[in-house]
Amino acid sequence: MSYVNPLRQEEDRRLPRIAGPCGMVLFGVTGDLSRKKVMPAIYDLANRGLLPPGFSLIGFARRDWANQDFAQIVHDSVKEYARTEFREEVWRQLAEGFRFVSGDFDDDAAFDTLRRTIEELDQVRGTGGNHAFYLAIPPGFFGVVAQQLKEHGLAESEDAWRRVVVEKPFGHDLESARELNGTLDAVFKPGSIFRIDHYLGKETVQNILATRFANTMFEPLWNANYVDHVQITMAEDVGIGGRAGYYDGIGAARDVIQNHLLQLMSLVAMEEPTSFDAEALRVEKQKLLSSISLPKRLDLATARGQYAAGWAGGVHVPGFREEEGIPQRSRTETYAAIKLEIETRRWAGVPFYLRTGKRLGRRVTEVAVVFKRAAHQPFSATSVEDLTQNALVIRVQPDEGMTLRFGSKVPGTQMEIRDVNMDFAYGGSFTEASPEAYERLILDVLLGDPPLFPRHEEVELSWKILDPILDRWEAKGTPEQYAPGTWGPESADAMLARDGRVWRRP
Amino acid sequence: MIELTDTTSSAIAAEFIRARTRAGSPAMGMVMTLIVVVDEDRAEAAMDNARKATHEHPARVLGVVLGDARGAAQVNAQVGTGAGWGGEAAVIRLEGEVVKHADSVVLPLLLPDSPVAIWWPHDPPDDPAADPLGRLAKRRITDAAEVTRGKTKALAVQCTSYVAGNTDLAWTRLTPWRALLAAALDQHELKVTSAKVSSERISPSAELLAAWLKRRLRVEVTRSSSSGPGITEVVMETKEGPIRISRADGRLATFTSPERPDRPIALKRRKLPELLAEELRRLDEDDVYAATIRSLKRRR
Repeated sequence: MSYVNPLRQEEDRRLPRIAGPCGMVLFGVTGDLSRKKVMPAIYDLANRGLLPPGFSLIGFARRDWANQDFAQIVHDSVKEYARTEFREEVWRQLAEGFRFVSGDFDDDAAFDTLRRTIEELDQVRGTGGNHAFYLAIPPGFFGVVAQQLKEHGLAESEDAWRRVVVEKPFGHDLESARELNGTLDAVFKPGSIFRIDHYLGKETVQNILATRFANTMFEPLWNANYVDHVQITMAEDVGIGGRAGYYDGIGAARDVIQNHLLQLMSLVAMEEPTSFDAEALRVEKQKLLSSISLPKRLDLATARGQYAAGWAGGVHVPGFREEEGIPQRSRTETYAAIKLEIETRRWAGVPFYLRTGKRLGRRVTEVAVVFKRAAHQPFSATSVEDLTQNALVIRVQPDEGMTLRFGSKVPGTQMEIRDVNMDFAYGGSFTEASPEAYERLILDVLLGDPPLFPRHEEVELSWKILDPILDRWEAKGTPEQYAPGTWGPESADAMLARDGRVWRRP
Repeated sequence: MIELTDTTSSAIAAEFIRARTRAGSPAMGMVMTLIVVVDEDRAEAAMDNARKATHEHPARVLGVVLGDARGAAQVNAQVGTGAGWGGEAAVIRLEGEVVKHADSVVLPLLLPDSPVAIWWPHDPPDDPAADPLGRLAKRRITDAAEVTRGKTKALAVQCTSYVAGNTDLAWTRLTPWRALLAAALDQHELKVTSAKVSSERISPSAELLAAWLKRRLRVEVTRSSSSGPGITEVVMETKEGPIRISRADGRLATFTSPERPDRPIALKRRKLPELLAEELRRLDEDDVYAATIRSLKRRR
């Protein structure tokens, strides 16, 4: 008879789910991702009481460090970046479980040490053999690390779980993505591979599903009868910073559209899943992604650009080609806009415009569902001059919330109709309590709960959509220069103008 | 804060709208009304705690200070949105005959549609659901540990009058303990043979925890006294040895379990805003609390 924990009840909703005994091995300890996101998230989880007693963290890197040096790095990162307040008792609970293993990724001795360290932790900390391997390293090393884990018997355990966590980029085209998936699949079971797309951990993104499927008032409008088009934007006001080595040759489309924007699009456009478990969600997302089609003339339905030097937000900034580490003649795009269509009854004829870029007007991510104009206006043309199309805007970040844009009579006039906004904000102070995306995702990894992680089928489908565009860009033309701090190159505006539409100013 | 002297509900409501307009309409996302019934001495602290709790749940907070019921009726109020509020607030002071009709002042000030919660930071009525103000609310929050008169019987009184929608912060305080204990049995799939709860002498939380353990584990649960603070130790005996969580300083606990090394675990006593925020997160009946309360009542 299987064991039923008498203290757990379905209806006891106060009790948080605490991960079972486990530990994590972090590869790439000194990188930004580890220091700014992963380590603070682990502390925040501990502070919220969601990590098991005895949770342990092993750092692995090519540094000549002792355990306490590693603890110091984590301490500094937690002090600087953690969301919740620093509490000594929480720190003490965590710090006892820190270990550091020094070595190269191809160093057999180091992986032997790693195995012994894990076994030691199972003994003294009670991690129960359950370990997640977080690969916060360039994807070029995934293969060798995965192989090492396999060879040293770390990738599998008879009576415990082993999971691997990887971050984007999941390849740079379909072929490389398949290769990468093959590398991981050869070592880990599909259910043990967790691909982090941190956008999916955001409260606002999860709220897209709640908005659509828990309400009655939106879903009836959510189709080609009422929707004119959809704009999905992710803009950054910064340049590439110190990421030249990664960014050159990758570009905005691979960096953002392939993962974040296509995932957002699939959540916005997919059909209702039969339930909210991982499998049901994946089926719907996959269906949507496979029904996406590209316009025939790719040159007319896409746009790309590179930021030039100039003034942005009161600061003079260098152009992309002047950034350190970027070749003078680089053809990598820092702005990408594409038009996609969905071949389903719900969305036939409704274009989805996806755009992303660096050094744009401000940092913002949003989904704007723009509705058709009323078929007939009983008002005179002059009175609705100021009225544009109704829109529902889901603001993913910052200032998380939703805006509903519709027409309203201007007071005091005869009949003058103008756009107004109705705003729902998660609120300036409300967000204080909402956890960082990484907290949610890391906890889900430790709990083995996969709904928010894209599966390799989705990754490959996304590349199938993007590859023809990238090939076309590669074959012909160069990105157009655009002034920093603006909303992208003129060709992007022209691309919408051809359809008789304009980009929203986000 | 705007002072309104000798005022009425409609004047207070009008001031809410004016304050909101002045502040550029910041408080449009309010999700509930929270009534706080408090005496003059504790009003400021209670409003401060409520303000912090509304960071998570933007709300209209109505502090109601009930004064002397004798003499001519008078309603005075302070209204404001102010910095740091996740919503808006008013402290309404009642004196004279109107004290007996506080609900008539509060009713017109409830936000449309959204739920109403009420919190008595100290000395709740014996039957919160029958109280004129309590009747307005969907969620009635008492705090048996903060009762000033009849402390030993406070929890029993609330047990007797329990109906769906009542809840007590003594129960809220237990969530981290209960989460840890449940997690312990996730890790050690063992049958518990007996249990023990140690706490300071009067502790409604310890009483509830013992009742919960007894009901769920179906074993004898003993209580013992310690010098506190709050609950200091919970032991669950199994045939492989005890599972023990002990916390002497109210902050850091030690977790002991069979065949595993002892581990420190943070288990801080939480402050009122956190407790209130947890309590306001779900406004439907807490079935587990209800069952625990019923089992306590039966035992008497």
